[in-house]
Parts: sequence; C-alpha cells; structure tokens
Amino acid sequence: MMKSQRTPYEGIVIAAPVTIPYVRYSIESAQWWIGRALGALVAQAGIKASDIDGLCVSSFTMGTDSGIGLTQHFGLCVRWLDTIPLGGASAIAGLRKAARAVQARDADIVACVAGDTNHVDSFRLTLENFSRFNQDAVYPYGAGGANASFALIARNYMRTFGVTREDVGRIAVAQRANALRNPHALMKAPLTLEQYLAARPISDPIHLFDCVMPCAGAEAFLVMREETAASLGLPAARLLSTIERHNAFADDPMQVRGGWAMDVGELYAMAGVKPDDLDVVQTYDDYPVITMMQFEDLGFCKKGEGAEFVRAHDLTIDGDFPHNTSGGQLSVGQAGAAGAYLGLVEGLRQVLGTAGPTQVSNARLGLASGFGMINYDRGLASGAAIFAGPSR
Amino acid sequence: MLQRCEACGAFAYPAREACPSCLSPALAFADAPRLGTLLAETTARVPSDVYFRERAPWRIGLVKMDCGPTIVAHLHADCAEGAPVRMSLQLDKSGQAVAFARPEGETPNMADDRQWREMTADPKFRRVLVTNGRSVIGQEAVVALKAAGVKTVFVGVAEPWRPFAGEDQLRRQEGVEVVTLDAADEKSAADLAADIGGKVDILVNTTEYVRTGGLLDRKGTSIARDEIDQAYLGFINLAQAFGPAMRMRGADGINNSVAWVNILSVYALANWPAFGAYSASQAACLSLSHCLRAELRPGGIKVMNLFTGPVDTEWFQTVPPPKVAPRAIAQAIVSGLRGGLEEMYVGDVAEEIRQRLAANPKALERELDK
Repeated sequence: MMKSQRTPYEGIVIAAPVTIPYVRYSIESAQWWIGRALGALVAQAGIKASDIDGLCVSSFTMGTDSGIGLTQHFGLCVRWLDTIPLGGASAIAGLRKAARAVQARDADIVACVAGDTNHVDSFRLTLENFSRFNQDAVYPYGAGGANASFALIARNYMRTFGVTREDVGRIAVAQRANALRNPHALMKAPLTLEQYLAARPISDPIHLFDCVMPCAGAEAFLVMREETAASLGLPAARLLSTIERHNAFADDPMQVRGGWAMDVGELYAMAGVKPDDLDVVQTYDDYPVITMMQFEDLGFCKKGEGAEFVRAHDLTIDGDFPHNTSGGQLSVGQAGAAGAYLGLVEGLRQVLGTAGPTQVSNARLGLASGFGMINYDRGLASGAAIFAGPSR
Repeated sequence: MLQRCEACGAFAYPAREACPSCLSPALAFADAPRLGTLLAETTARVPSDVYFRERAPWRIGLVKMDCGPTIVAHLHADCAEGAPVRMSLQLDKSGQAVAFARPEGETPNMADDRQWREMTADPKFRRVLVTNGRSVIGQEAVVALKAAGVKTVFVGVAEPWRPFAGEDQLRRQEGVEVVTLDAADEKSAADLAADIGGKVDILVNTTEYVRTGGLLDRKGTSIARDEIDQAYLGFINLAQAFGPAMRMRGADGINNSVAWVNILSVYALANWPAFGAYSASQAACLSLSHCLRAELRPGGIKVMNLFTGPVDTEWFQTVPPPKVAPRAIAQAIVSGLRGGLEEMYVGDVAEEIRQRLAANPKALERELDK
C-alpha cells in the first residue's frame, strides 16, 4: 500500500495549559479533579463552559464513567467526544484527534483533559487489573508491577548499550533540580547523584529514584483554530507536527526502542524543523531509562548513544538542553493519565512564555512525547508533538 | 503447553483469541518445545501483593522461547542471563499455572531452590503422615518418602496391639513413628491431631477398603456402610482433624504445610460394576476431594489425587493383570509431590480409563459392564 501524505495542521493551535496542583493522596474522585481542570480551562481562557463543543478525556480512576458520563456530570453539551485510554500516550493521542476535529470543523473548541485521583489503595488496584495479558502473565510473577516490567527492559538496555546507573541518574538528578523551581512539584528536597546511586533497590536495576510517585492531579488544554483563539484574544501555540504509533517493532525480543523510531523522520519533516532547533523538550519519564531511549528514538542522538548524550548535556532549565522543565513525573509526581499531559502542558507554557519559575528563556519551539501501556512485556503506545509559540 | 495456531503453526503467549501472525481463531493448546533463553532478570524487592511481599526478594525474568514467544517467568536461582533455560508450567499456591524457568541441565540440589519449592510440595525436609500403615501401599509409601528425604514419617495404625505383616520392617526404619489412628473413628483422628496435627506438612491418605460386588449380588447395606465408613467418613474425619491446622500452616517457615494426597481408584471416574459399590464410595471421595481442594486453597495447600487401577493386593486377587504394584503408587506419590501436581494417573489401566473417558464416556460405561 502507498503511504499517503498527511494533511498539515495548518492553523491549528493549543491554548490555556492548565495544571491542578498534585497531592500525594486524595479522598476526592477522579471526576472532582477533572471538574477542577475544566473549571480552570474556562477561567483561564475567559470563555463559558457552553463554548466548549468538544471533549476528550483520559483517566484510570473514573470507575464506570467514560467521557459521556462527564458531559452530564459537568453540564457540557458537546458535538464531539472521545475517551482515550492510552495511559502515557493519552495526551499526544488526544491532541491529534482534537486537532483534526477542529480542523474539519466538527468542533470549534475541544477541551482535552486528564485527571486521576489516588486513594490509598488505587495504585495497587490499577496494577492488579491493568490489562488481560498483565493479569494472566505478569501480575502472578512476583507482583512487582510496572517497576519489575521496566526493570527487565532497563537491565537489557543498559547491558546492551553499556549504560551505567550514573548515566541514567543524571536525568533524574537534573529533573529534581528543575522541580525545586516548581512550587507544585511533590518532591521538594534536592537530589544528588550520590543519593540517587545510594537509594534502595526496588526491582534491580530500578532503584527508588527511578520510580515515579503515584499521586492525584489533573492537566488540561484547549485545541482550536487560530481564528478562534484570535477572536478570544487567547495566546496560543501552533501545532506543527505529531506522530503516533502502537505495537511497533513487535519482533524485537525485548524493547530497546519505542514507536518514535518508526516515525521520527516524519515528525521533523512535517514540522519543518530539526532536532537542534528545539528550545525545550519534554519526554515521557515514567523511568529515566525510557527518557534516555527517547533521546535516541527522537533523533537527538543515535541508538546506543543516549548515555553519551546525557553526559554531554546539561538537562536543567538553564542548561544547553532544557528537558522536563517542571521536574517531570519523576519529581512532580505521576497523577495517572495526567502524567501523559504533564510534559505537553508544561511545554505549552514554555513556548507561551508563561512557565513562571521554570521558564526557559526565549523558548519558542517545543517537543513533547508520550509513552504508555505496558500491556505485557513492553510499552505499546508512543507519540510526540512539536509546537511553536507565537513569537516563532 | 502453549497455544499454537492450527493455520500457520506459530506459537502464541500470553493466551489470546486469535493468532498474532495470521489472525486465525484456531488456537489450540499444544505441547511446546521447552527450551528458551533468559533475556533479562530482575529481583522484585517491594512487591505490591501481600503474598510476594512476604516472600520478597523474588526473582523473575523474561525468557525468549526457541519456539517464538517471550514469557515472563519465575526463575530458579541457578538461571543466568543469556543462558538456556528449560521451561515448565507449575501450579502456584493459588492453583494458577505459572511459567517457571530452570537451568537447562541439572545443578546441585536443584529441587531445594527456594522459589521452586514454593511451587512444589517436595517432601524433602518435611514431616508426613501416612494414614494407614497396615496396607502394603502405606508401607511402600513410607519407604519411598524416607528415600525422598522426609524428616519424619508418622504412620497411622489402627489397634496397634494387633500384629500385621511388615510391622517389624516398618518399626525398624529411622525417622518413622508409628501412631495410633483409625481414620473411620472420629475420636481417634481427633486425638492424633491433638498430638501431631501441628507437625503434619503432608498428609497421605492411604485409607483402603476394597470389597467386590455391586448391588444385586449383595444383601443389605452392611458392606456398603463399611465402605462409606472407612473411605468416605474416614476422609471426613481426617479432613476435619488435620485440615484446619494444615491450612493455617501453609506459610509456616520454610518447611511449611504443603499438600494432601488421596489415593483413589480410577473407577471413581467411571463405575466398574464388578466393584460397583466400591466405585461409588471412591466417587464420593473424589467429589469430596474437590471440596477439600477449594477449602485448603486459601492456605496454599495443594490436594493431589492419585488415580490407580486395580492394585496387586489381596482384595484384587481375582482380577487379571495388568495390576499396579504398590511400589509404583508410592513412587508416584513422591514424584507428584515433587512436581506440585493436582492429579496423577498411575499404571496402564488408570491411564486407559482417563483417555477413554475423555474420548467417549458412554462407550466406556458400556464397556466396563463386562
């Protein structure tokens, strides 16, 4: 089959990046968190809830609700609706769908929102019931959860490419430095490489500071056409390019690359930029080793050179490669599906110049990626988006 | 045992509804080549599940099977990354079949591995109660269990002042304690349990009561009553006396309580009119064993049923061969425990009945009427 040329995202923008500050545990429901995010979107954009005519939702903890239940719950009357259960790839997937919806004028303003609560036992319950393959063929094997599954991937990757814990640790340490500038980050204490290395093992080679902390929170943004944003006087970032891929490289016996590697050429070609042009990069950091994989698969270096890349660059806000500037999930917390949105929402703030204490100076061009759904032995879903601020 | 596509021959794992190579729905479970390579391992130190939390650190790995799929597996301590492993499916404490990777070849004291022992009911180092020491099967079981490294075998004997064949040899063995037990007597079972109930890691129910005849050639119910008293009610007495403590001791140290073994006639599955009433009493015991299995499962105790055809003992004197040697039953008890199995068929008759029952139950019923 001939591969056809994709329609560019001409005139599609993203506005009103919203974060509802996270808490470690919440007695509220996921719907409560999503409701706060919708409220913040409306307030920040200066619109009425009735102006929202498209809704895209992601959450692990909504119980039996899906997007349709939320329309009635929040009094929204929409003509376009989607529920995206893609875990860490939900934000990119949601953005892609919303962008096409407003481009085709099936909707004018789509609210993309992700939120999860974290009750004392919710994480374990999510783990236990994650997927059918996971229930059958992963959970009964030590119940180590994602930590054990990613430990296998990390161990194989580190051995194959000669990566040390120090190399991986640089990513976590830099993100903690960034997080100290983000008042909403749950991690407030500085982290040195020595502390990272001395942390207790969780599932070798995964140690404590390789793991995200499950928490409650919500993130959201609006997708619309440029003229809609202009008429509302809303500052907005232009969507330049996206990619999405599922179950890539199924024949690799173990995951050493994500789906990005299949589509990375198209990602930059569609945007008309090179990796070097990016001012700020937000990867999906469920584990720092997965971030290192993304540096390779997203074209910042070749496969196997991730460790060298990390050693050669300063990943902090003021560094030469500002990365996960909010602190990322590793230091802000992982609020379920909102973890997928965290990087994209922070990236939008960066190119809009509204990131406050974590602002990278002159950030105009950003990239955010997503990764999700370790259904069995590997993460299945991946995606990325490139977007530009109004000054570019 | 993995799913194999009948259309394209590809193996698939985890179990699914259509072939990932050709989308054919014809996926049947088939014996798969057992060799693979350990790609990567990890040690889970803070599992989220209470069972594994108690047993952490727990080592698992990802195995690339020579026949295709990759399988997350429990690891034997002697498995090394990059090295070949031999896979098997084992029943874990919850009764679920799980993949277990062992080194390709034998290694020293291989069966003593901590994680392997968690999946099996290896009698080595454990204490076992054999309920009937008067029977040849019971005596052979004692010998086989001692040879398998059992620490202490308690052997139940009813009315021990009455001498019996093989008694001297039984009493002479090191680590064998003859205890008073008449399983058909509720008080006898309870008294013994009060004495040693907390020390029984494996119970081997060798209760035996074989009489010929079905319905019309017998008069009255007295023999049937005896069959029920000995086999069925005896089973209930033993279960009520020893089951609760065994269930509580499923995680009691490294040589915890692990298994209950029943020796049942294969005619529990299909009535053999020549021994028709006996068959019925065995069927009752089989049904009860499923109940016991369910009730012991919360404690992680396995129930193994060992099905046998006519045994080479006096009550089957008139039955022509092939017959099962008591020693073969004793060895099957040990190997079944070592494998952590729930069911075993010992001897050619038992195996034949199993296959014929699966193939055509009505034909089997008709053919047993000879």
